[in-house]
Amino acid sequence: MVALCPGPVDIAGVRLNNHLILAAGLLGTTGASLARMLSLGAGGVVTKSIGPEPKTGHAGPCVAVIDGAILNAMGLPNPSKDFLGELDRLSHEPVIASIFGGTPEEFGEVASWFAGKVQGLELNLSCPHAEGYGAALGSDPEMVRECTRAAKRAGLPVWVKLTPNVCSIAEFGIAAQEGGADAVVAINTVKAMRISTGMRRPVLGHGMGGLSGPAIFPIAVRCVWELYEACDIPVIGCGGVSTADNVVEMMMAGASAVEIGSALIESDTIFSSVAQQLYRRDGGEDACDIVGCAHD
Amino acid sequence: MTAAKTRATLWGVLMIEEIPSEPVVITHIVRETASIRTFEFSRRFEAQAGQFCMVWIPGIDEIPMALSAGNAITVQKVGEATGALFSRSEGDVIGIKGPLGNGFSPEGRVLAVAGGVGAAPLRPLVTYGQADTFILGARTAEELLYADELNGKVDLRIATDDGTRGHHGFVTALLEEADPASYDTICVCGPEMMMKAVLAILDAHGVADRGQFSLHRYMKCGVGICGSCCCDPSGLRVCRDGPVFTGDVLLQSSEFGRYSRDASGRRIPF
Ligand SMILES: Cc1cc2nc3c(=O)[nH]c(=O)nc-3n(C[C@H](O)[C@H](O)[C@H](O)COP(=O)(O)OP(=O)(O)OC[C@H]3O[C@@H](n4cnc5c(N)ncnc54)[C@H](O)[C@@H]3O)c2cc1C
Ligand SMILES: Cc1cc2nc3c(=O)[nH]c(=O)nc-3n(C[C@H](O)[C@H](O)[C@H](O)COP(=O)(O)O)c2cc1C
Ligand code: FES
Repeated sequence: MVALCPGPVDIAGVRLNNHLILAAGLLGTTGASLARMLSLGAGGVVTKSIGPEPKTGHAGPCVAVIDGAILNAMGLPNPSKDFLGELDRLSHEPVIASIFGGTPEEFGEVASWFAGKVQGLELNLSCPHAEGYGAALGSDPEMVRECTRAAKRAGLPVWVKLTPNVCSIAEFGIAAQEGGADAVVAINTVKAMRISTGMRRPVLGHGMGGLSGPAIFPIAVRCVWELYEACDIPVIGCGGVSTADNVVEMMMAGASAVEIGSALIESDTIFSSVAQQLYRRDGGEDACDIVGCAHD
Repeated sequence: MTAAKTRATLWGVLMIEEIPSEPVVITHIVRETASIRTFEFSRRFEAQAGQFCMVWIPGIDEIPMALSAGNAITVQKVGEATGALFSRSEGDVIGIKGPLGNGFSPEGRVLAVAGGVGAAPLRPLVTYGQADTFILGARTAEELLYADELNGKVDLRIATDDGTRGHHGFVTALLEEADPASYDTICVCGPEMMMKAVLAILDAHGVADRGQFSLHRYMKCGVGICGSCCCDPSGLRVCRDGPVFTGDVLLQSSEFGRYSRDASGRRIPF
């Protein structure tokens, strides 16, 4: 198996301890939890998505664990500005704040709260189950461009997280790039539904939800591939990664780093166990030689 | 503990295994007190005392509840979802996902200390013959949960705040009287301020590490991924690393007895 040489990496304006990043919305609600994921081996952590107003989220069930995947419709619960207090002891750590809003102005406002508090921003333009937010904006290239532009004013590196629930994800990557994005992240969850036959209703309280986990890995690889072809900025891969070999595959498709979320259901030690397989001190390859190599 | 089981596939990808919400029929409803009812259902889950389940009330919400038996939950009506459960009748269907969490690990001589509906996760200790002494508290005699059921099955000691039954006062007085250091495991569940007082007593007797406390935090997923139940300063998840934590761990907690978080993640002081 391909192995990489270990050590800190600089990805789109953010210095990470390794290539493995905690994906937004998983164990990222409190500062203590983010710190715990860093101590368990994550090279960087993305926070729960924070918006302009506190939100309690959708009624449950919010998460359904199914064979090979997870379905969720959390509904972007978040404490809004109160979240800043969670970051007090993390100002020198590789923390990226995930933010959302309903308009470019709201993106700009929420982004400004985080100046000097985190190393970068990730724009959630991709959550598939929060009406008026996320993918509602992220499926309009003009909105993607404007929200990116507004968030950039905070002076932080901006990563734009894209939805796979569009015909051509490349178009949205280009829109983000035009708006000044430092990187694109692909993908957020795939819009999906399951029905409990016993209950005769959808398994999620919200009905529609987002699919994540190993089942979406091939979709994520395809999206990373298309973005790598279309964009000049780095692509960060996300979706279904659960092994070191998945990380390498994402990188070969064009990812400079990867985010891991659903694999945490197996164990919260996923980062250190993947890292142990992925890195080799002697004879590890330089990631630069791997990223996008499958395109040659 | 129901960690999602995983298996490797051909491509070396980990496959997550389903954690189903099992549809169960409510078979029997017991009116325990004016505000507490036990709902027995058509399926029995293999659970340890202190493990919980996520209860899906169709069309309303999914909420965490201790398994008060392999086939039962005991619910206090406090709001929308619990209120909706109270309007369900025998024959209605709810979903049960579980058992979840770590549960109690009773060893040697076991003392249980319960306040209010906190008796629910402790009840199986008696059913399974794992408890030697059971201290049960409530505000008033009519609110005592399982008092008649437990009587005779365990050395039951009762306290009521208003003195209408048993000791007049709090469970903490009975705890002092019982000499906590003479027990190997002290399992506790009740209002957090009560648990904090119990921990202080155990600590004073030098046996905080023998205390096992079942915590209540807001839970959205119940399976350890969303982060809504994480505690400070460890970041440990109540749904997966807990809900039972030992007293020595809680003594290090900056959160226990001080605040918890609501559905949005904002801190709410006790
Ligand atoms: C591990 C665990 C075991 C529990 N066991 C029992 C039990 O055996 N019997 C019992 O009566 N209660 C138990 N609870 C508490 C029970 O989950 C709440 O009372 C219930 O969720 C209230 O829902 P509601 O919609 O009726 O109330 P709401 O009106 O929504 O809120 C009332 C209060 O209930 C709590 N609450 C609401 N939703 C949740 C949620 N999703 N997760 C956690 N707390 C919530 C909040 O503190 C809130 O302040 C347990 C909680 C946990 C975490
Ligand atoms: C429970 C849960 C909550 C999530 N919350 C967010 C969120 O707040 N913001 C966001 O951008 N993505 C969120 N996501 C999507 C993930 O960050 C990620 O894009 C997706 O799950 C695919 O990666 P994975 O297969 O490794 O989980 C969430 C996913 C899950 C399962
Ligand atoms: S409730 Fe989601 S992590 Fe505990």
